[in-house]
Amino acid sequence: MSTAQSRRLPQGGRIDRTRSLRFSFDGAAMTGHPGDTLASALLANGVDIVGRSFKRHRPRGIFSAGAEEPNAWVSLEHGAHAIPCAAATQVELYDGLIARSLNCWPNASFDLGGVLDRFAALMPAGFYYKTFMWPARAWGRYEHIIRHAAGLARAPLAPDLERYERRFDHCDVLVIGAGPAGLAAAAAATRAGARILLVEERAALGGSLLDLDAAIDARSGLDWTAERTAVLESCARARILTRASAVGYHDHNLVSILERVQDHVAPGSRMRTLPRQRLWHVRARRVVLATGSFERPLLFANNDTPGVMLAHAAATYAERYAVRAGRRAVLFTDNDSGYRAAAALQAAGIEIVAAVDRRPATSDGINAALEARVPILRASAVVAVRGGRKVRAALVAPLDASGERLAGAARSFDCDLVCVAGGWNPAVHLFSQSGGKLRFEPAIQAYVPAQSAQQERSAGACAGTFSLLDGIAQGEAAGSQAAFECGHGSGPVSPPPAAPRRSSNPAPVRELPSLARSARKNIFVDILNDVSAADLALASHEGYGAPELAKRYTTAGMGVDQGRTGNINALAVLATAQGLVLEQLPTTTFRPPYVPIAFGAMAGRDIGALYEPLRRTPISDWHEAHAALMEPVGAWRRPACYPRAAESFAAAVRRECIAARNAVTLCDVSTLGKLDIHGPDAVRLLDMLYTNDFSTLKPGRARYGLMLKDDGMVFDDGTTSRLGADRYFMTTTSGHADAVADWIEEWLQCEWPRWRVFAVPVTTQWAGILVSGPRARVLLERLETSFDLARERCPFMSIHQGSIEGAPARLLRVSFTGELAYELYVPARYGLGLWQRLMDRGSDLGIEPIGTEALHVLRAEKGFFVVGHDADATVSARDLGAEWLISRTKSDFIGKHSLSRPELKRSGRLQFVGLESDDPGIVVAEGSPIVAASGATSRQHGPAAAIGRVTSSYSSPTLGRSIALAMVSDGLARLGEAVSVIDRGTPRAARLCSPRFYDPEGSRLHG
Amino acid sequence: MLLIPCPHCGERNEIEFACGGQAHLERPGPQADATRWARYLYYRANPNGTQRERWFHAAGCRRWFNVERDTASHEIRTAYPMGEAPAP
Repeated sequence: MSTAQSRRLPQGGRIDRTRSLRFSFDGAAMTGHPGDTLASALLANGVDIVGRSFKRHRPRGIFSAGAEEPNAWVSLEHGAHAIPCAAATQVELYDGLIARSLNCWPNASFDLGGVLDRFAALMPAGFYYKTFMWPARAWGRYEHIIRHAAGLARAPLAPDLERYERRFDHCDVLVIGAGPAGLAAAAAATRAGARILLVEERAALGGSLLDLDAAIDARSGLDWTAERTAVLESCARARILTRASAVGYHDHNLVSILERVQDHVAPGSRMRTLPRQRLWHVRARRVVLATGSFERPLLFANNDTPGVMLAHAAATYAERYAVRAGRRAVLFTDNDSGYRAAAALQAAGIEIVAAVDRRPATSDGINAALEARVPILRASAVVAVRGGRKVRAALVAPLDASGERLAGAARSFDCDLVCVAGGWNPAVHLFSQSGGKLRFEPAIQAYVPAQSAQQERSAGACAGTFSLLDGIAQGEAAGSQAAFECGHGSGPVSPPPAAPRRSSNPAPVRELPSLARSARKNIFVDILNDVSAADLALASHEGYGAPELAKRYTTAGMGVDQGRTGNINALAVLATAQGLVLEQLPTTTFRPPYVPIAFGAMAGRDIGALYEPLRRTPISDWHEAHAALMEPVGAWRRPACYPRAAESFAAAVRRECIAARNAVTLCDVSTLGKLDIHGPDAVRLLDMLYTNDFSTLKPGRARYGLMLKDDGMVFDDGTTSRLGADRYFMTTTSGHADAVADWIEEWLQCEWPRWRVFAVPVTTQWAGILVSGPRARVLLERLETSFDLARERCPFMSIHQGSIEGAPARLLRVSFTGELAYELYVPARYGLGLWQRLMDRGSDLGIEPIGTEALHVLRAEKGFFVVGHDADATVSARDLGAEWLISRTKSDFIGKHSLSRPELKRSGRLQFVGLESDDPGIVVAEGSPIVAASGATSRQHGPAAAIGRVTSSYSSPTLGRSIALAMVSDGLARLGEAVSVIDRGTPRAARLCSPRFYDPEGSRLHG
Repeated sequence: MLLIPCPHCGERNEIEFACGGQAHLERPGPQADATRWARYLYYRANPNGTQRERWFHAAGCRRWFNVERDTASHEIRTAYPMGEAPAP
């Protein structure tokens, strides 16, 4: 391997030779120039082998000069800036670039895995479905080896430090592709007055003109490009995005575009104010697709050998990058376009040893000057190349009149480059993603857009129009028409040329004859995924010949290149295997993304703290300042407990529970959902939402209510208080606050639009503090309040409006802990002050703040269920033992009709019960299955059937033992029954009991 | 991503909305028999073609409205406020 740009031509090329860029490949230091891609620089430095193939580890070289590259996939940089997999043909060279080859060890040139190629026969199509099936117990060992071998690249281990952005945008006309047709479309639409966005994958505009220049209107294509670019750049209505790939065409003309903002800059030199990449979502009124086309390879044995290259790519490397991909080239073509590439190679001083043309007749497109100097072998085919690590010779054999069989012995031509020109495939990927239907066009032997599903049109090569001038005319017409449809200009002056007016006279796409049947295993159709003609033939033979099946069975077309070079040839091989021709088979579906996208680009800024807005209560600062252990509760962070120095979680919860039962505690309940319900139909609404009766609720009183969905399952619960004649204050569970508000809104808007009632979410308007414990009243009496706290005037389940410490307040006398308790609600801005005042005044009463964990223990001791914890969407009110909450007098409420469903009345349903383990020291895990007591020991009858599961489980400091709540089949009828809990694999003897472990008479909560 | 013409706000991206499924379901009264109730709860049309469905502009005006959409092409033929009939 030489590293002195030994293959750089002495002059020419559109590169900046005045500056050198250093880079490394597999650790070897090399140089290139601005204007180079990594691929052109590697070629210039004489690198033949850029990686090893996916399955068989065959040496592979650069095959193309664009997005269709199947071989030159490399990893870039390392650590936090690592890019696992990038096409070298699309990587702009920058100073200091570090690139490594994939799928090889220790390096691409010498790869120990290369031995796998000898065992190709063991890895036929679908081998992973066939090979590792026996013996079943060995799968664990197979899997380890397969996982190590699988995958094209290694995922980076360090977190990605780059910044990504996502952006939404709009325009009249979105033009995708800035080649000749796209530029013409963009210029025409802009001239007509439309707002346009022109998106180009590469760094500069010009498309194919940048690769091989061509005259347009008696001047160079590059000058023509510069003129169009200047016009667009001077117009405010036109925006140009370069280094941007349209990756997805979605519904209603939404196109996602990946803009590589700083990928061409060394990681250390990137601007911190800019993202690495930006993912655009552009909603366009009209789209013009001008995405160009990809050259098709031709198939022969060992067509994957380094030195076999697409003809247009070899010409591009010579003309644009001044790199010779070889010294002596054989051209293998089946259409006129190959000769143009050969002329460019000749102009760069590369000798054309032979031009091998599949077609029998002379074609008028052949360059006469070339013909004079180059032996043209007509009705012939390259049947194989020789040389493992680099092409040494091409074997050429004559074809018979049908072109389907060989008609003589093969001749060998010494060469180091074989240029293949198998015609052109329009890049119909985005069109296909938009839902458009394709049609096979015999004149160009390719699929072209036929029937649109969205507001788009294709122009230029992607529409099958390969003639430069026709493509430009088609682009202009498409741009004018698109602008006209957006209300700008007067439409195209002349109708667009019918495509394709001229073709390059291609021979039909067919699988070519090979020297021997065995050679087909080395005819690579999908080069990236190592899928050979033999694999496809086998798939067909085994019944997987339909293209969509063959794709999955062989993985043809499923690589990171999406089979851009291989798909059509794969269809041709499948057709041959089935005695058909290509156009009789359906194509497979193109799916987004068109090029690989980093996860970071998809996530944008929505990561870490910005993934979801964090909700904080007015008292959160105090919790954090007092070392609360915060836990996520939906989007909220709530204190789980407040551990003191060196105190364990369990000890903290225990201390908090004891304080709640013996002294007084505060709990921040600001997260409870709150709704202000008012209007003449307020009570009518409540009576529909809740199972129990609210028409009898008097002002100043509160009532606990249960909500069902119309299928009869429990949805939410909470307390609703009547503040006045038409005004109610509803609280919901913290987790369901938004869902309940949306739910009520849906019913009011869709079912009862004429009811005069508003349900306004006021969750964050009020701070909520739960004051609970036998000394709660004493504490509140020490504050300046307008409330009369005497037991008879402030009874259980009452609400009072007044003031506390000068702040307007609502005092709600409810209890979730089983103790004397008050819920205080003050406007959010007073929350923190009131909390601090309560803590101060209660210091000599043994006051403690408590977190959600203690609250859970306290409620579980009382046997209160939590919707979403003990009950899910399969649990009915009856299952919860809450039948007493179901009104028998109301004619209707949400879910009422379902209560008579047989499913809800059948026996065997899971019911809410308490559970005590025989060993009071054992706290079984929540979620543990429960089996009948006999089930755990009688293994001979197979696994025991679960009769239920543990839903809540705690150590109760008050009771001095463990307690649990559970959902058990027919549980209410089984109270007292012995069961077995499978606690993390260990059976624990336990007994079903009433869930009311503590103060079952409820005397304490009346205080 | 669909472009949904909210009758109150105009065209907005689908991410601002929540789909509420088939529109114009009639909730049977308390006297309805079990079959009708079951149809209301669990049976939904699944046409390959035009469907009327209700949408909620959750991150916009927070109003429910109806949409007539082609389930195959995703074309939205019309959107109309709750309680109104679609344009013919």
